Amino acid sequence: MDLIGLLAFNVLTGVATLVLITLGLGVIYGMMRVINLAHGEFMMLGAYTAVTAHQAGVNIWIAMLVLPPLLVGLVGLMLERTLIRFLYGRIIDTMLATWGVSLGLTGLMATIFGNVVRAVPTPVGSFAIGGYGASLYGVVVVVAAVAGLAGMLALLRYTKFGLILRATMQNPNMAAALGVSPPTIYMAAFALGSALAGLAGGILAPISGVSPGMGAAYIARAFITVLGGGPAIITGTGLASSVFGVINQLVSFETTPVIGDVALLAAAILMIRILPQGITGRFLRRSL
Amino acid sequence: MRIPANSLVSGWGGFIAMVAAGLVLMFSLPQLLDLFGIVQMTVFVAMAMFALSQGFLWGYGGIMSFGQAAFFGIGGYAYAVSVINLGESTTPVLIAILAPMIFAALLGYFMFYGRISDAYVGVITLTVSVILFELVNSTSGNEYHIGSAQLGGFNGMPGVPPLNFPGDASSPLEPEQTWYAAMGSLILVYVLLRGILASRFGRVVVAIRENETRAMLLGYDPRLYKLLTFIIAAGIAGLGGCLFTNWGGFISPTVFGLTMSAQVIIYVLVGGLGTLLGPILGAVLIQYLMIQAGSQNVVDPNLGLGVVLVAFVLLVPQGIVPMLRDKLLPVRKPAPQNAPAGKAVEAGR
Amino acid sequence: MTPLLEARGVTMRFGGVTAVQSVDLALREMELRCLIGPNGAGKSTFFKMLTGQLVPTEGTILFRGTDVTGANPHEIARLGVGIKTQVPNVFNGLSVRENVFIGAARRKSMARARQIVGETLSRLQLDPVADRMVGQLAHGQRQWVEIATVLAQEPDLILLDEPAAGMNHAEVQRTAELIREINRTQALVVVEHDMQFIRMIATTVTVFNQGQVLMEDDVEHVLADQRVRDVYLGKQAA
Repeated sequence: MDLIGLLAFNVLTGVATLVLITLGLGVIYGMMRVINLAHGEFMMLGAYTAVTAHQAGVNIWIAMLVLPPLLVGLVGLMLERTLIRFLYGRIIDTMLATWGVSLGLTGLMATIFGNVVRAVPTPVGSFAIGGYGASLYGVVVVVAAVAGLAGMLALLRYTKFGLILRATMQNPNMAAALGVSPPTIYMAAFALGSALAGLAGGILAPISGVSPGMGAAYIARAFITVLGGGPAIITGTGLASSVFGVINQLVSFETTPVIGDVALLAAAILMIRILPQGITGRFLRRSL
Repeated sequence: MRIPANSLVSGWGGFIAMVAAGLVLMFSLPQLLDLFGIVQMTVFVAMAMFALSQGFLWGYGGIMSFGQAAFFGIGGYAYAVSVINLGESTTPVLIAILAPMIFAALLGYFMFYGRISDAYVGVITLTVSVILFELVNSTSGNEYHIGSAQLGGFNGMPGVPPLNFPGDASSPLEPEQTWYAAMGSLILVYVLLRGILASRFGRVVVAIRENETRAMLLGYDPRLYKLLTFIIAAGIAGLGGCLFTNWGGFISPTVFGLTMSAQVIIYVLVGGLGTLLGPILGAVLIQYLMIQAGSQNVVDPNLGLGVVLVAFVLLVPQGIVPMLRDKLLPVRKPAPQNAPAGKAVEAGR
Repeated sequence: MTPLLEARGVTMRFGGVTAVQSVDLALREMELRCLIGPNGAGKSTFFKMLTGQLVPTEGTILFRGTDVTGANPHEIARLGVGIKTQVPNVFNGLSVRENVFIGAARRKSMARARQIVGETLSRLQLDPVADRMVGQLAHGQRQWVEIATVLAQEPDLILLDEPAAGMNHAEVQRTAELIREINRTQALVVVEHDMQFIRMIATTVTVFNQGQVLMEDDVEHVLADQRVRDVYLGKQAA
């Protein structure tokens, strides 16, 4: 019984982690059909922000939750202005260019900080599930993921900015005819997606080694989850993360974490084959 | 990525000149370089082979693989595992070519017959290479072995026996002879690809890249042509991986890494899409620059790679070889504009 | 005698919209048929079902008695169906000669394919531009290249979707002549808006309206019919 409780907690944490690492990529892909291959490196920048700020004496929660999205959002904004905006509509070119950015950022951080793994202490302790100990930090991850999903949903559904975002996503020309400037919206969406990536990096920094190459571990998982989710960004991310997260954790529990990751990726590939439009391309099409 | 239009085989003259230049290089370099230089050039050739694979697949087939390293790595590991088990290197080289082809046949059937869109092909190939990386990376225990070959996990497989004279395991090739074998096979693959591109099959492959629907309406099955292109490219990548393993007598999971897949894309992009010479030159150029960059310890080489990739996507998307060709060769005088076929037809009435 | 092409109760629905509704149509060997109808009448959708680009929601399509409903486009093409689509659908990055070669080359020897290419290029008088990139040619020329590519395929049935669109008077006449010439050996279905053009070539005309066959008769009767004038000609006159 305790074991089942622990397993359930792990599954929940796994799903939440997947939501966090996917959400930013999903916003950018869903809005602009841009597959941002530098997404993992944006997370890496967020993690470094957390590490550096914490070492400089900033409160750990601010270092993890506030600074990374701000800084990485800004980086995303600059990148959109100087590079991405020239490549809209050319999906392969954007993938190549953002892959270049990904290599560049990895190299840049390796140049500045060296190829060593850094760490941030976990700010909370552990708790007991029956006879097993579990990290309270998992609760933080789950709360952050739920807050991220709910926040994005509220933003899209209830705010004017969200309405404009959705309108531009549906039909940029029509939105432009109504006085919205699609380039500005794209810029904002890219910055928003980047900020979410930064947040994910900040939150995951204490439970993953922070190194220049850490982004590579996330990118395949993140964007195959986005594709699995389909056109409705928020619902899709939530659903696909749940499906893949459960598969990942259960297989990991039965075998090893590596096989768990492999099972996740293999399941995602299978799902793209069966549902090329993703889960929300087939079901729940009216959701957000 | 826009692929240069006039990419079909451009005449016998160029072809013969290319092969001649290759042969001259093959026989003259050992006279010009010291042993270290020759060994260095051999790894350049291995990477050039890898680049040919990506260049053929992307530049002619229009198929964007973001995980071509998967086939390079499978080739390398297939060689290592089978040569350790068999001792003699001839069969292992064949296995290094065939194993990636079989894997590509399965994966390609799954992708192309599932009519998965271009961007998703990129995603899936990338994901598959990540899967392979993780799998092989986790085989460090003693229980992971194939026959007598320990896979070694992230430590890789050291002491892989080198190529030997066919049929005689007791006489391994000297570095200079390895160079001849590597360069000779590069020339051979180049000739093979030129032949494929000049054949009906190759023309249809390019036609499908240009307009898949039109090709289909003319009775060609794009899925089959894409699958075959994918398989051929995988075999070439596998041979590259085999040469690479041979060069250092060592292979590790980094051959499956994203950096490896990114590098080969950069080779092709820098050298030029829709050419065979471009990827080869791109591979040599970037490898050379990487080595130069590696000798300083100030800036991480990835930074340079990233900058090169972004710069080429934005500024020189056609690559160096097509750019030089357009600049240096006089453009064939086009027929007068606005002399449409319709008019000609009219005149003939 | 088995018809060359037969559509039985063919229906295509996109979500709630019915683009083509239970269309029956039979075409004899070597027949020349015109399809007319206002924009949105379902002609192009119907063509796409004939070539396998769309799978009908209901109904069957038979080619010489073989059920080809839901077959892949390349399979239907191999049975001997060629189509020139409405928007020029060519290999822009290849030369005119290469385009026609791709049409000719399937299941033929290289020598035979080259022979067909040579014949087709001179038949359509494309020799002067044979080595030009198709992407560099004007719209009208690309139409000719596409027709040449389809002819080189040597199909038994040729579907032409608005072949005369964007052509001047002389070119239209030449196209009409070409169609009659092709019709000596092959069957054709031609979608066209230009009534003069229809008169030049037509024997039997099928009128589409709102996804259904409004009437089918010889050209004089169709053009004289009040219903046809209402849905189609009337609109043009207005």
